[in-house]
Parts: sequence; C-alpha cells; structure tokens
Amino acid sequence: MIDLLSSPLMQRALLAALMVGATAPVIGTFLVQRRLALLGDGIGHIALTGVAAGWLAGALAGLATPDAWALPGAMIVAVLGAVGIEWVRGKGQITGDVAMAILFYGGIAGGVLLIKIAGGTSANLMTYLFGSIATVSYTDLIWTAALAGLVLLVGLGLRGVLFAVSHDEEFARASGLPVTLLTMMLAALAALTVTVSMRVVGLLLVSALMIVPVATAQVIAKSFARTMALASVIGVVVSVAGLALTYWYDLPPGATIVVLAIVLYAIVTLVQSRRRHPDTSIDPHPDLDDDVRLLPVE
Amino acid sequence: MIHSPGTVLRTEHLDVVLGGIRILEDVSIAVHPGEVVAFLGANGSGKSTLVRAALGVIPPAGGRVTLFDEPLGRATPWNRIGYVPQRMPASTGVPTTACEVVRAGLLSRHRFRRGSKSEALEALGAMGMADRAFQPVQQMSGGQQQRVLIARALVRRPDLLVLDEPTTGIDLGTIATFIETIDAMRQAGTAVVVVLHETEAFATMLDRAVVLRHGRVVHDGAPPPARAEHAGPLHEHAHPHADPARPAGMLDLGVIGGQS
Repeated sequence: MIDLLSSPLMQRALLAALMVGATAPVIGTFLVQRRLALLGDGIGHIALTGVAAGWLAGALAGLATPDAWALPGAMIVAVLGAVGIEWVRGKGQITGDVAMAILFYGGIAGGVLLIKIAGGTSANLMTYLFGSIATVSYTDLIWTAALAGLVLLVGLGLRGVLFAVSHDEEFARASGLPVTLLTMMLAALAALTVTVSMRVVGLLLVSALMIVPVATAQVIAKSFARTMALASVIGVVVSVAGLALTYWYDLPPGATIVVLAIVLYAIVTLVQSRRRHPDTSIDPHPDLDDDVRLLPVE
Repeated sequence: MIHSPGTVLRTEHLDVVLGGIRILEDVSIAVHPGEVVAFLGANGSGKSTLVRAALGVIPPAGGRVTLFDEPLGRATPWNRIGYVPQRMPASTGVPTTACEVVRAGLLSRHRFRRGSKSEALEALGAMGMADRAFQPVQQMSGGQQQRVLIARALVRRPDLLVLDEPTTGIDLGTIATFIETIDAMRQAGTAVVVVLHETEAFATMLDRAVVLRHGRVVHDGAPPPARAEHAGPLHEHAHPHADPARPAGMLDLGVIGGQS
C-alpha cells in the first residue's frame, strides 16, 4: 500500500480517479432522471472527433507533441456537440435515440477521419478510447481538478432547478424556468464530465462511470438527494479500488473500474432482491403467526 | 392573496399548430380573479393544449396570451401560478420523495431556491399525504401521485391555479378534501382553471364553462348541470356513467349558456 501511495504516477492517477469518481455520478443522476442515460456515450463518441481535431490543430501548428491540444479539442467539440444535439432535440426535429445514433456514428467516423488527415493512425486514438493511467500528467491533473470543480460547483449549486427540469420538464416550463438554457447547461456539464473522465476510463467507458453508480445507488436509496450522494461515494470507491488493482495486477484501468462498478451493482441488486423477496418455499406466510403448532410425537 | 384588478388569464385569437396539425384555432377566453372556470370537451378537443399553450409549455402559432395582464414571457409573475399536469411524468427513474417533488414547486424564473421542508409538508398535509412525504413517488399509486402533484401546485399559494384533470384516479374521500381546499382558495380570491371530463366534483363551485370542439370554443358561459354535460350535444362520445333514464341530448348546453 505504501508503494502504491509513494509512486508519483499513482498519486496523480488516484487523485484523478477520485475527482472523476465523485463528479461523474452527480451529472449521471440528472441524466438518468431525464432518461438520457446514453447521452454520455454519445458525447464520448463525439469527443473522439474533438481529440482528433485537437491533434490535427497541433500538427498544423507544428507542436512538438501534436496531441497536446487533444484535451482542449475534446472539450470544445464535446460541449458543442452536446449542446447542439440538445438544441435540435428540444426543437422536436429529432427524437432522442436518433440523436444518440448520429452522435455515435458521426463521432467515431469523424475521429478516425481527422486523425488520418493529421498524419496519425487509428491506434493513436486507443489511449483516449480506453483510457491510460500513464497519460495522466500534472497538466492533466490541473485540467481535471478545474473541470471537476466547475462541474460540481454548477451541478450541485443549481441542483434544485436541474432536478426540476430533469424530473418534470412540462412543470418547469409552466413555472417560467429557462428550460432550454438549463438542459443545454446540463448537456455541457455532461460533456465536461466526459472530457474530465477521458484519461481515467476512456471515452468508450466514461458513460458507465456516470450511470452504473447511479443504478446501484437507486437500488438502495429512497430519495433523489441520497441517490446522488451515494452514487458519488460508489463512484469514488470503484474508481480508486479499480485503479489500485491495476497497480498490483496488469489490468487496463478503465475496464477494471467499470467491471468493478457492474459487479457491485449485481451484488447490491441481488442482496436487495433477497431482502425484499425472502425465501417463502418453507413458510408461505412468514409474516403471519402460525395458527397450527406441530407438537413433538411422544 | 394579491387581487388583480384585470384578468388573471387571457387568450386572444390563440392558434396552436403541432406537427403540422392545427390543434387550437382562434381561441379567445378570459379568466378573472376568484373565478372557477372549467374547460370541457371530448378527447382531442384541445382542452389540455389550451392550458399548456396558456402557460407557455408549448408555443402558440398565432394570437396572444397574457397572465395577470402581462404578456407571456419574462414579465409573467410565475410565482403566482400553480399548475397540475395530467400525471406524474417520472414513474421510474431516480427515486424521488414526495417532499422533493413538492419542494420543487416553489421554483420559478424569479426564484432558483427550492422551498423548505416545512412548506412542502404543509402542502402535502393539505392533500392528506404528510405521512408519505419521505416515500418515493415511484412506489405510490396513481391517485397518490396525483395528490403529490396537486400539493406541488398548492405550495406556491397561487393566485391562479390550473388543473388538468386533477381528480383522475383519486378516491372519493380525497376528492372531497381536495374540493374543500380548492373552495377555500377560491374564497380567498384564487382563480381556478380546471380541465374536466366530469364536472360533478366541481359542480357547486363552477362559475363558468368553456367548451371546446375541434380546437374551437363553442360555448363560454354558465356551466352545465352535473352529469348533463356528457349527454348534451356538445359531447360526441358515449359516457359510461350516463344516466340511462335520461335520453341523450335532452339537455342543451346552448340553452343553458344562452348561446350556441
């Protein structure tokens, strides 16, 4: 354990995992409430285009490391894509699932196309698709801290109105709330969360960290506030534990974190299901007193 | 309660087009302070659309809406309007307590801070739901969810209360309590607009009825007697509870309202 904490690489990675684990489920809770659990996935795909666009811009600018602008590129394109799709969806010109499909296909295709134009190969995108602990630099850590702080500040600071919009958009409109602005803000926060989480779990798995802890928490919790808080705690636990495992075992961090989160979900669901539906094969009415008592045979 | 000297809700030549289909056409109505007005009509006549357009939920294709004599928009005093939609939108999703739903009822364009727990509990108590305040709405029956939505509208202590089929799925005892609450608000000066299929529960307090057919107002005047409106010629569907002894079409809303 001391080795784990004394390694500068692991220190940076653990700090990033901690921040990502705490932040992603906060935004995920609003997305689940809005039935947009897959929005993070769509944004993850479009962010890949942003990574490649940043790479292309870096190459054109003659940077020594062309991927230096990958993170800002992903952030800008992800935010623009998320806000744009929410705008189009809000206009009623396209349904949610069709919008997601366009993000999925367009994001991947755009990324592969641009990275080729930039002189790279699809292999260059792998670390962004699946995350890489080795890519978390001090600069990345500062970016992660700033973006996670912003997401938490806005997401928690405006949780009342974001809840109102997520829970009942019609009522929110009839209350005069700026629904379009708030839904776009939520989409932008989701895009920032995706960008923040990119290094740790990768763009393809980032949505899992936003959604699976929420799915686990809502099995246990009975209120929106507690679901969000518990999901955030679960996010931190699986992110840090998953990352720690990769220190001792040669495992990919993103996949390990997500599998750990899903295993936890399965365990919690199973336990909760057993508690709600106890085994009644012996006594069909365990909640009622028996009206017949069997006496031992003398 | 703040008493407005003018109208609380007015539409002038309101048109609504959804998906290329004209849902409302040239609808002009006015609701005054303290009035209880029922919107009646067959399914698809445009009752709910009229309510939603009047509150800015859907944009009008033409015409004008004013709330408390202010055009619909930034100047609208949203905190004076309580709205109960037809049903709870999120029956699944993240667990949400009744208290959390009702606290959101105090949010508006002019207030981004949720209501306090005590305010929410008081409103839930008025609907007989105080003991279920911290239970997830997802675990409640349709009628209980409807009571939570009504509590969310009442928590604002509105001067205009808009209810879209509020008694659907609610048991008779709760309807009686609800009607008492609405009556007390009416007497305090609150205007009430209620979309109804059955006027029976509201019969004693209705001041006026607006009847819609195919998106147009065909009657705006005295409300029909209870149970009669569904047998009248302004309704095109057979009503399952219609009195078999009363021949269909025996009562004419045009005669009742003094116009056709």
